[in-house]
Amino acid sequence: MEPLDVELEDGELELPTDPMLLNMGPSHPAMHGTVRIVVELSGETINKADVQIGYLHRGFEKMCERGTWSQVFPYVDRLNYASPLLNNVAFALAVEKMLGVTVPERCQHYRVILGELARICDHLVCSGAMAMELGAFTPFLYFVKARDLIWDIFEEETGARLTNSFGRVGGMAHPPTANFKEMVRTTLPAVLDLVRDGENLVLENRIFLDRLEDVSVMSRADALALGWTGVVLRSTGCNYDVRKHHPYLTYDQYDFDVPIGQRGDNYDRFSCRQHEMKQSARIIDQALEMMADDGPVNVDDPRIVLPPKDEVYNTIEGTIQHFKIVMEGIKVPAGECYSYTEAGNGELGFYMVSDGSGTPWRIRIRAPSFASTAGLGQLITGAMIPDVVPTFGSLNMIGGECDH
Amino acid sequence: MSRDVLDQLVQRFDDAVLATHDQFGDETALITADVWHEAAVFLRDDLVCSMDHFIDLTAVDFADRRTPRFEVVLHLRSSERLHRIRLKAPVGLGPGGENPQVDSLVDVWKGANWFERECYDMFGVEFVGHPDLRRILMYEQFEGHPLRKDYDAHRTQPLVPYREGYEKLQPFGLPQGMPFGRQTHDRWKTAVAGRPEDAGATNLLGFEED
Repeated sequence: MEPLDVELEDGELELPTDPMLLNMGPSHPAMHGTVRIVVELSGETINKADVQIGYLHRGFEKMCERGTWSQVFPYVDRLNYASPLLNNVAFALAVEKMLGVTVPERCQHYRVILGELARICDHLVCSGAMAMELGAFTPFLYFVKARDLIWDIFEEETGARLTNSFGRVGGMAHPPTANFKEMVRTTLPAVLDLVRDGENLVLENRIFLDRLEDVSVMSRADALALGWTGVVLRSTGCNYDVRKHHPYLTYDQYDFDVPIGQRGDNYDRFSCRQHEMKQSARIIDQALEMMADDGPVNVDDPRIVLPPKDEVYNTIEGTIQHFKIVMEGIKVPAGECYSYTEAGNGELGFYMVSDGSGTPWRIRIRAPSFASTAGLGQLITGAMIPDVVPTFGSLNMIGGECDH
Repeated sequence: MSRDVLDQLVQRFDDAVLATHDQFGDETALITADVWHEAAVFLRDDLVCSMDHFIDLTAVDFADRRTPRFEVVLHLRSSERLHRIRLKAPVGLGPGGENPQVDSLVDVWKGANWFERECYDMFGVEFVGHPDLRRILMYEQFEGHPLRKDYDAHRTQPLVPYREGYEKLQPFGLPQGMPFGRQTHDRWKTAVAGRPEDAGATNLLGFEED
């Protein structure tokens, strides 16, 4: 086509070729409001990327050092706020490891069911947000509807939809409600239907696949050296799931598969999550079968578990016991311990140092998405600006966890 | 965690291994800071250890309870042999724990990059040889290292100073006549009756006069 009204000398048409610095975030729709990426561009290709985090830093580890061990629970809710129950259970398990107690089997199954439901929520949010950022809004609505169904169960069980604070050292805050099993049994198929409906909309969509397949490939060795865990590591072909390799709770009793990717690209990360939800549903089905309908949920140890309110108000022993746990905190033996579980994003570890008092000396949170976000710079270097969006989405960076 | 790895480490580094323990089932070796990098390379490359999976790096501040004051803590895992180990090194000799320093492990595992930056940010431990040692969670202008025990938890360092002599605005803005809270009929009547300009106008809502 001929230019209509411009007559220029050849020399004047030259475009600038210097690299351009571009700021993405923290107030950028694709950055979830918590990350800033400074990219150096030549054309639309990223030469260099500097990922900057910390916008959601709340001094979490410092806060933990100021209360009792039990007072940490509301804080861990706000780590990975897409799946607070998994964090609750992870922290409870860490303290229990130091105390040397094991919760009754009924509670273990209960924790597994709630945890796997939370994992489904976590993956739903991640996959939904990722699809939405690529322009597919409908799957997001399906997934959020499915998440809402699960949140209804959480509301019934824990009293809260988002920040449940339901875990306790040595058990759970409440035993399962009378119709818990029935609720989960009726909800789960509905959730899976919604998941299927949602993913069918995108998994055969050419545009969606083009933006995911072979984009931002990570090798297995690099992923390991970067400290990746969870879905992002498994997508590279490395078979590592804490639930399989270092079973905790009752995970060794269930029959489930661990989905493994092959290429380590965005598509593998997306589809591993989708498959994992179905495996979680399998685990829940089995755990529901195995969970006893009655029996104790909390360990029988007056030094750890709060007495029933009835006893607190009517007996002197109960009052003293309650007072000591609330005011002085649970006495955790002195020493150091690292406890890890499979959270929504990967290995959520707690490295804890106790001096034997009721207050933690140091609680270190090994946040899985901190490690995976550290790999973001490598993934997007050499890619194009539009690739940043699905890549960032597929890592499932959760600000609360990553920024501590 | 694994006993074998610990034995290998003790065999190879002998005197540099200060202590070992396996409390709560976590095999741990405390080594001197000067063999930190060497031990990391050994753990990664040795065939028995083959610790290729970087898990975590952090520090602990023991304040005045211990000299040296800080301990750098490293957690590793082997993807092949599925074992783990915790490696620790005391840093910050001297009474106040001045200048805690240790070699950087970025050239051994890439993942150490951000973890070391975080550790530097939070504790002020300097990682010698780190390619880009700057703050990661806090902002550049931040003074001090927040996770040190002598950093006051209440201290704030706002980038934009707090405004002074300014009353916080009510949630629904300034009161403008019609209050949002639930009002009883009596209160409505007394409030209106109290204003001279509204005398005789109490029947606005159809209430009967007493």
